[in-house]
Amino acid sequence: MKRKKKWYDFLWIVSLTYLILGFFNILFAWLGLLCFFIPLLIAIIKGNKAYCNKYCGRGQLFSLLGGNFGLSRKKDIPKWMKSNYFRYGFLIFFFLMFFLMLWNTWLVFDGVKNLSTAVTLLWTFRLPWHWAYHGTLFSEGVAQFAFGFYSVMLTSTVLGILTMVLFKPRSWCVYCPMGTMTQLICKAKNRTTP
Amino acid sequence: MVKRKAIVHISECVACGCCIKVCPRNAISIPKGIYAEINRELCVGCGKCTKECPASIISLEVTES
Repeated sequence: MKRKKKWYDFLWIVSLTYLILGFFNILFAWLGLLCFFIPLLIAIIKGNKAYCNKYCGRGQLFSLLGGNFGLSRKKDIPKWMKSNYFRYGFLIFFFLMFFLMLWNTWLVFDGVKNLSTAVTLLWTFRLPWHWAYHGTLFSEGVAQFAFGFYSVMLTSTVLGILTMVLFKPRSWCVYCPMGTMTQLICKAKNRTTP
Repeated sequence: MVKRKAIVHISECVACGCCIKVCPRNAISIPKGIYAEINRELCVGCGKCTKECPASIISLEVTES
């Protein structure tokens, strides 16, 4: 009995398209905010993780690459990586880096800093990305946010692929900051109604 | 006859839902977004979820029935 495919089983195409679009025009990076707000809204309003469970295109992409294409060793993830210390620690680290990125965006908005047309991979390596920048309408800050946000998305994809290869296809789900955050929201929300 | 059923170690579950997608009996749900629950009536102990779980926190255990 094989489960019938639903429309949301193809959302990996959206995730893949998103990553590709970032190579052509960085402003598409703004669309990635959907991957932040939709899971949060579902968790806050409905009190569940339907986003992770059904709609997450990135998770589907990993299970496709790691599962169907066999690009995963399918080994157990190390114990420390699934510990709450690491999961919450990674969430906090992710938040700090995110706010740093917002701060940089603000500085460019304010005219204190110049726009940097680079994508920072793994919070360290600055990759020149000027070919994907063709000007912006309002402020250079808009583009700076796009570069910063795309850096976040690309970094997490690279980390996800790395752990996909080393461990199980969807190992990223274990320490995904969005997943940890939505689970925390669900815990808080469902505590009041036992 | 020895029967096996899947058991979720809920304190380590990240509620990602990978198990739901592979379960051939639709026996798994994550009702509150905190951990996966297995319907023991439906579970046949095939072990697909055990293999799929990225945190490897589902195991097959022998039941008395």
